[in-house]
Amino acid sequence: MSLLDLIPHQEAIAAHRPWPRVLVGEQGWLKAIDLLAAGDVTLLGFWGEVSAVHLVLLGAADEIAIVSLQCETGKFPSVAARHAPALRLERTIHDLFGLDAVGATDTRPWLDHGVWGRSTPLGKSDAPRDGGPYQFLSSEGEGLHQIAVGPVHAGIIEPGHFRFAANGEHVVRLEERLGFVHKGIESLMAGTPLDAAAKLAGRTSGDSTVAYSFAFARAVEAALRINVPPRATYLRALMAELERLANHFGDIGAICNDASFALMHAQTGILRERVLRAADTCFGHRLMMDVVVPGGVARDIAPEGPAAIRELAAEIRKIFPRLVELYDNTASLQDRTVTTGIVKREYAQKFGAGGYVGRAAGRAFDARRNLAYAPYDELSFEVPVLEAGDVNARVWIRIREVEQSLALIDQILDRLPTGAINMALKPGGAPCEGIALTEAFRGDVLVCLRLDGEGHIDRCHLRDASWFQWPLLEAAIEDNIVADFPLCNKSFNCSYSGADL
Amino acid sequence: MRRILFESLTHGPLTEQPPAADDAAIAELAKNVEKAAQARLGRSLSIRQVDAGSCNACELEIHALANAFYDLERFGLRFVASPRHADVLMVTGPVTKNMREALKRTYNATPDPKWVVAVGGCAADGGIFKGSYACVGGVSDVVPVDLHIPGCPPSPRALLKGLLALLEHVTGEHR
Repeated sequence: MSLLDLIPHQEAIAAHRPWPRVLVGEQGWLKAIDLLAAGDVTLLGFWGEVSAVHLVLLGAADEIAIVSLQCETGKFPSVAARHAPALRLERTIHDLFGLDAVGATDTRPWLDHGVWGRSTPLGKSDAPRDGGPYQFLSSEGEGLHQIAVGPVHAGIIEPGHFRFAANGEHVVRLEERLGFVHKGIESLMAGTPLDAAAKLAGRTSGDSTVAYSFAFARAVEAALRINVPPRATYLRALMAELERLANHFGDIGAICNDASFALMHAQTGILRERVLRAADTCFGHRLMMDVVVPGGVARDIAPEGPAAIRELAAEIRKIFPRLVELYDNTASLQDRTVTTGIVKREYAQKFGAGGYVGRAAGRAFDARRNLAYAPYDELSFEVPVLEAGDVNARVWIRIREVEQSLALIDQILDRLPTGAINMALKPGGAPCEGIALTEAFRGDVLVCLRLDGEGHIDRCHLRDASWFQWPLLEAAIEDNIVADFPLCNKSFNCSYSGADL
Repeated sequence: MRRILFESLTHGPLTEQPPAADDAAIAELAKNVEKAAQARLGRSLSIRQVDAGSCNACELEIHALANAFYDLERFGLRFVASPRHADVLMVTGPVTKNMREALKRTYNATPDPKWVVAVGGCAADGGIFKGSYACVGGVSDVVPVDLHIPGCPPSPRALLKGLLALLEHVTGEHR
């Protein structure tokens, strides 16, 4: 039985690809919430428009469907009231569009800090919102004190506010307050041509610029029914794996550095720099920004590129195993990472946690495997999964994924097809919609968009993996000591910009 | 661990020759930095980085300045954890409205004499986020800026060039 057989729905939107999108009434919406609350389906996305809300659901057999509820009255039944992973997305829908979630238990603003000079910037009305200071959740008890951190942090990292309630050294509650880097990307995208929108998508979270550009391009291509040339898909995957390598090296070193083990940081920093230099040699930009574009890739790999990458891979294969051995054999380091910051398996499942956060806690989802988009359908690789859910497991997932990315890069170079690297895009003449997920280094990136007849963006929603990982950090830190928070936070390495948009 | 440390000793250093200080940056600094503030600090500057809405790409490249290839600290430049310890604020991003107040407070918490370096295309004028309801549009709209380092993101080498120009200027070594 397919996912949509379970949900009473009206007609399907014909111009939506590749997965079905259906309009539902309130009954269908409530049924979708039932399925989410029961754990039968996983929430992949939840976003609003001026008078509609949309849910992207992932079924048990990796089946995906989108259900949409028209809400002309400006109200819809709250999802978050029964399914906590939807909470921040639902508060965002209210902040941006002014749509009310009926039955919601937490109606505090999320992205709106009361300084935009207007309310509901993407919605119909500009009704003033009652201001006042943000109310953090309370923790009460003898000896409890609060520690407020941020938005400006001590290191070179993105801004966000963390409010700890602690009893001595032990964290009783952590509450995150984000939204500081909200740039209004979805609003800027509306009405823009594809090249400008692709640039915005590529700057949603700079560390995942390839993954975002890749997802955005695939969503456009799905909408316009385009199959890009095989060489382009292979080059995209090559860039995606280089991006994964660079980020995993950076993370492994930074996690160890937060346990005061600077040697590892220095060594992985060298490997990361070598990856970025190889990327620069191949594609003319260290982070490979704006190379993946709708229709293919903007530039071919440089003639000296393949040799540079093979040299890089050989260097990594020489150095990295020693670093892994060093990690594994340093008791003082293991003492910090093992059993620290445990993500419970049931939480990883419930929140649909992607990337190393989910895979270190038993959730075996990787968009490259489960959704097998090109060219990963033709490549052989393993998806490492562990059960422990601690900082150590998140380090090991990254270590194993470095090895898998190297294997993928070999295959890509060996089989790199010849031929064109992009194709011209023709606007559809009528509105059309596309949706795509790609696997960024930290988890799945979702892009859903609607193009108008001229091929401009009408509405584009981008959902970072961090939306479903940030809340788990709050749970993982509970009962850990304050001093282990940097370690836990770094092992998650959630994106602020990606989730604040 | 001993093997890795030993190899680090026997192999030559990875650290590369510094680039020449950026001429455009020197010209901008000559205009902005007061003569009186020069040569007060010795050949050393403490930098506090503030992300005021960047996509985090600039942060990645600023981080890279600390790796073995660029080794920022050999120039007497180092990143510090508090604005109260800083001589220089290095600001990225199109200054989101949600970060405007935090940036102002960070600036006010930094003791004089101080310099502000705006890093990246967004920090110059808002970049591709210009015109958004959620962005102010450039660091100089919020705090006075002494030096802009362009790029999306600027490479570590470009960052180094700009910072070396600042260092030369501040310490009065440049003619």
